[in-house]
Formats: sequence, C-alpha cells, structure tokens
Amino acid sequence: MSVFVHQSSRVIIQGFTGQHATFHAEESMQHGTRVVGGVTPGKGGMQHLDLPVFDTVQQAVQETGADVSGIFVPPPFAADAIMEALEAGIGVIVVIADGIPVQDMVRVKRYAADKDAIIIGPNTPGIITPGACKVGIMPSHIYTPGRIGVVSRSGTLNYEAVQQMTALGMGQSTSVGIGGDPVNGTDFVTVLRAFEADPDTDAVIMIGEIGGPQEVDAARWARENMRKPVVGFVAGVSAPRGRRMGHAGAIISGQADTANAKMDLMEELGVHVVRNPALIGATARRVFS
Amino acid sequence: MNIHEYQTKELLKRYGVPVPEGQVAYTVDNAVTAAEDLGGERWVIKAQIHAGGRGKGGGVRVAESLNEVRDITDQLIGSNLVTPQTGTNGRLVHRVLIEQACDIRKEYYLGLVIDRATQRITLIASSSGGMEIEEVARAHPEQIIRETVDPAVGLLDFQCRKVAAGIGLRGRQIHASVKLMKALYRCFRDKDALLAEINPLAEVDGSALMAVDAKMSFDGNALYRRQEITELRDFDEEDPKEVEATGHGLNYIALDGNVGCIVNGAGLAMATMDAISFHGGKPANFLDVGGGASPEKVGNAFRIVLQDPNVKIILVNIFAGINRCDWIAEGLVQAMRDLHIQVPIVVRLAGTNVETGQAILKASGFPFVMAENLDDAATRVMTVLGGHAA
Repeated sequence: MSVFVHQSSRVIIQGFTGQHATFHAEESMQHGTRVVGGVTPGKGGMQHLDLPVFDTVQQAVQETGADVSGIFVPPPFAADAIMEALEAGIGVIVVIADGIPVQDMVRVKRYAADKDAIIIGPNTPGIITPGACKVGIMPSHIYTPGRIGVVSRSGTLNYEAVQQMTALGMGQSTSVGIGGDPVNGTDFVTVLRAFEADPDTDAVIMIGEIGGPQEVDAARWARENMRKPVVGFVAGVSAPRGRRMGHAGAIISGQADTANAKMDLMEELGVHVVRNPALIGATARRVFS
Repeated sequence: MNIHEYQTKELLKRYGVPVPEGQVAYTVDNAVTAAEDLGGERWVIKAQIHAGGRGKGGGVRVAESLNEVRDITDQLIGSNLVTPQTGTNGRLVHRVLIEQACDIRKEYYLGLVIDRATQRITLIASSSGGMEIEEVARAHPEQIIRETVDPAVGLLDFQCRKVAAGIGLRGRQIHASVKLMKALYRCFRDKDALLAEINPLAEVDGSALMAVDAKMSFDGNALYRRQEITELRDFDEEDPKEVEATGHGLNYIALDGNVGCIVNGAGLAMATMDAISFHGGKPANFLDVGGGASPEKVGNAFRIVLQDPNVKIILVNIFAGINRCDWIAEGLVQAMRDLHIQVPIVVRLAGTNVETGQAILKASGFPFVMAENLDDAATRVMTVLGGHAA
C-alpha cells in the first residue's frame, strides 16, 4: 500500500499555472503521478499541461474527483488555499510554501480540527511513494521503491538519508517531509501511526531537528504503540541556543529543545538513535537486517 | 525580529497596557532634559540593547539627582554592555530609556507565546516575577499558570480571571489585569508576534499594576503585512555579515569555530555542522544557500564566510534537488578566480547534474579536495586541517 499517497491518488495542483508549479507538476507526472488538473483563480476553463484549470478547488473536486492537492501558492496566500482545500473535502493536502506566518497556521489548524484531512507541511519538499505518486519538489531519481518509511522535518536531510539508504540497497515505501515550521500540519506521531498500520512498511527512519517537543512525543508514542523498529536522528547538536537555524521551527528555546537532550530521551524510549548524520543509512541496515 | 524595550512599551501603551512614564535619549543632554520633563526625584536609566540580563551587566541604574542622570548616561551611552546574553564582546549602547522610578511592592510574570505542544497561542503567568520564566518552570513548576487560546474566539475574560486569581491578584487588580491581558493579546495578534513578555508586571503604589519591563519579538514571515513593525528594526543590533547574507537571499549565522560551511538546505546545513563536530572539528558558521542557488549566490556565500578571519578551511556540501550541481560548480570556480581564496576547499556534490559539476571542478585546475559523501567530507576536512596544523 504505502501511506497517504498511492498509485490511485488523484492529484490537483493549487497555483497550477505558476512557473514552479508547472515544472514540478510535469516532473510528478513523469514519475507516474496521476495529476488530474489544477486551480488558478481567474484562469478557470483554460487547459494547462493538457489538463483542466479551475477557478476553485470545489469545482476541481467535482469535475475530477481529486483527493490530493499540492499547494504551490506563495506564503501570503497559502493559509487561505489550505482552508479552501479542507472545505472542498480534499483528504491529503501538501503545502510546499516556506514562510507562512505562524499565526496563519494556528488558525489553519483550528479550522482543520473537525475535518478528516492530512496536511503535510508547510515548508516541506512534499511526499513521495517511489514509482507511484509524488506531490512535491524532491529529486525523484534518488528514491527507489522499497519497504522502509522515511519521515523528516528537513528536506535536504531527507535526501541525504535516502541517498545513503539507496547506496546500501534499501528502498522506501513512502517518504514524508513534515516540514520545518513551528506550527505544522501532520506531526511525527501521525506519520508513525500510518507506517505502523501499513503492511508494505517494515521499519521507519525518523529525522528531526532542534526545537519543539515532537520527536520525543513520537518516541514515547512508538514505545507504547509500535512493533516496527525506528531509527532516529536529530540535527543541530552544534547549534547555538536562541538562534533560528534556517527553519522557522529550528530554535533552541529551552534545555529539552537541544539535539542531544532529544536523542538521549529517544534512546531511552527505544529508538535506535544515530549520532553521526553520515551513518543514518548504515545504522538502518544494521538495525533492520 | 526583536525590538527595543522602549519600542515595546510605546506599542503596548497604545493598546492600553499601563507602562511607566519614560523617554528615550541618545545623548547626555537629551537624558537630562528628559529627566526634567518627567519630573520627580528618582529616575531609572536603562541601556537599550536587544540582549537580556541587562540588570546583571550594570545596564539598569537608578539616579537620585539630575547630576547622577548625567553621570550614568555618560557612562552607558557609547559603552560596550556585557550581559549573560551578549557574549564576552558585549553590545554597544546607542541609547537609554529614562523613566520615573516607582516603588515596587510585588512582581509577577505575564507572557504570551506560540506553544509548540498545543500549536496555539498560550498565556503564561507566574507569581514569581523578575526571574527568567524557564528558571521558575524548573524550580517551581506549580507557580506557573497556563491558558491556551482558542483562535476561533480569542482570549476570553474568564481565562484572564483564572490566571489573575491563580497568581494571587485580588480585588480591583482582577479587573485591571483582565484589561491588561486582553490588551497584550490584541497587540500580540494584530502585530503577528511570536513572543510577548511583561517581566516584571509590578504592583506599585495603591495596588496598581504596571509593565515595568517588556519584551516582544515578531514573525519575520509576517513583516510583509506589518510595515509599522518592520520600521522598528535596528540593524545595529545584528551581525553585519548576517544582514548582508539576508540581502543576498542567504541564511548565515556566525559561530566560533574555524570550519566554514556552505550548504543547501537548513537541515543538511545543521547535519553538516554536526558531522564536523562528530569528527572533533568546530564549525565557523551555519550557511544555507537555499534552493535555486545561482553562481552569483555561491560567490556571495564565499565572500561572507571568508569575512570571518577564523576560517581555516571551507566545506561545501550540496545536495541538489531544485539546485543544480553544475551551477554550484561554476559559482565555485568563479569564486576561486575572483576572491583569490587561500584556504583549502573540500567539496561534496550530490543530486541533480552531479557528474557535470564534478567535471567542471576538475577542469578548472584549482586544488579542490573532492569528497564522496558526507562522512568522507567531514573526515577530509579534519585530515586537511590536521596537515595544516602540523
């Protein structure tokens, strides 16, 4: 099966006719993704990449039966686009934008509370089930189909881990970037739960970073609820306190936010922790074989 | 983005938060005039820098006469104030805030944050004011009261009353504090703040409540719609290399090691620093060139990293997704030509167009040390550094 996005997922792109959206929609289609249309307000009725363009997400869902949306609109308009997708009943919403105001995301999460949807991101490279469906901006050629789930906050560190895995002959069931923002959609726990339930995933690699409680929360959840092994890494051992390390959410505000504090706790909770980011793949192979 | 105490107080005052009467002064004469204007017999003079812990560094002083106002201001303006948060170099004081001194009977803490556990705005209060809230949380967690704000309805009166009663406010203070908390919340919400702290919130003569010190920081991603906050930015409080980097679309943070780092992506940049540290090295900086790095951007990255005289070697680690290794390689070669770089450069390229990128570096004739992967890169950095040391 894989998690969240599959061979059968019907994908629309919000902000479809923009330059980046166009480029990545084409890449996704080449990877086998069923892109069924897109939304650009004011351009409804046009064709783009031989696919229909709609003015609203609701129209797109009615006409195409879309159940997944990739949102490529710029940060100031992203919160509205997410809520539009939620209201239209989209089940998986992938938000690429980096730079959405935090309080916008607080409101989005409130709006999403009673909707049955998965929001991936913001500030994420997206999600890929190799060979079946890609919604995002990651270089698809480094991924190979396999049985290990990958979940990370960082995009490029996700690529790094995946390349280490691929070099050692380990493929991925699905790779999910939950994004680098302090208030984000899907958290580690939600993704771990999906991987635990997925018959095509045998084990999970979880890559976190400084700031926030979610890696340790996930490790605690995994100890109670998971049978599949988890290998974990937290970036930012060498990061100074109180500075935002690129990602809006990567900041050490208190002792529990540091990379070492998180990795120590994760280890106590049964996660196979890797301390050297260059050995994520090697550790996974040792633990999972 | 952070602002000064006097700016925070002006902002909060407009929302109805009671603050002491005060004026900002840039010169000694300004300061004396300000004290005369304010009247009274005692004044508090507070150095305006963004770092906290000013009291411990001697940056908050009481003057009992206009002559003392003159002397203290003269000592503070133009001095380097060292506090537990500035590092050993301290921060140059350009201005002071002069306020009427008030008699403080009791101190409380009041703050608003975006709580990452609940993913909502949370009001935090404590009866132990004047201390860092993290310290209170460690030593006396029972003294901390929290109320989570539902964004659909905002901060409600009864929540404020719960907080007020919880920290021991009584009588008229309850109503006054509800007004104050709601004013703080409105300001936080309207201005896209990430943090607002009143510490201490002081009980002064006649049981009135007053924000004796206040601090706010704002969401950089929301500044596009908060022009009035953007105007409060003080570039003197920021590292000039970091300001220059931001102008070039780069994310740079100066650290105190000697291995310069040029990486794409924040997570990989942190992991690269970690890999260097794991092998016993010390990174000189965090630098994320971001997606779509042009040769010019790579050149600018080198210029900024090399402004740090401690840099003895540079590690370039690029995993090209949206980026292209050939562009990065061209930027590298161009930078070698233009900047006459003397320090050794270790390069690890991966991802889109990696072969072309490596070929460009090889053909250039410059002595790049090529690395296969992240582990190899960190190892080579240490080997080359060791060779130089010997």
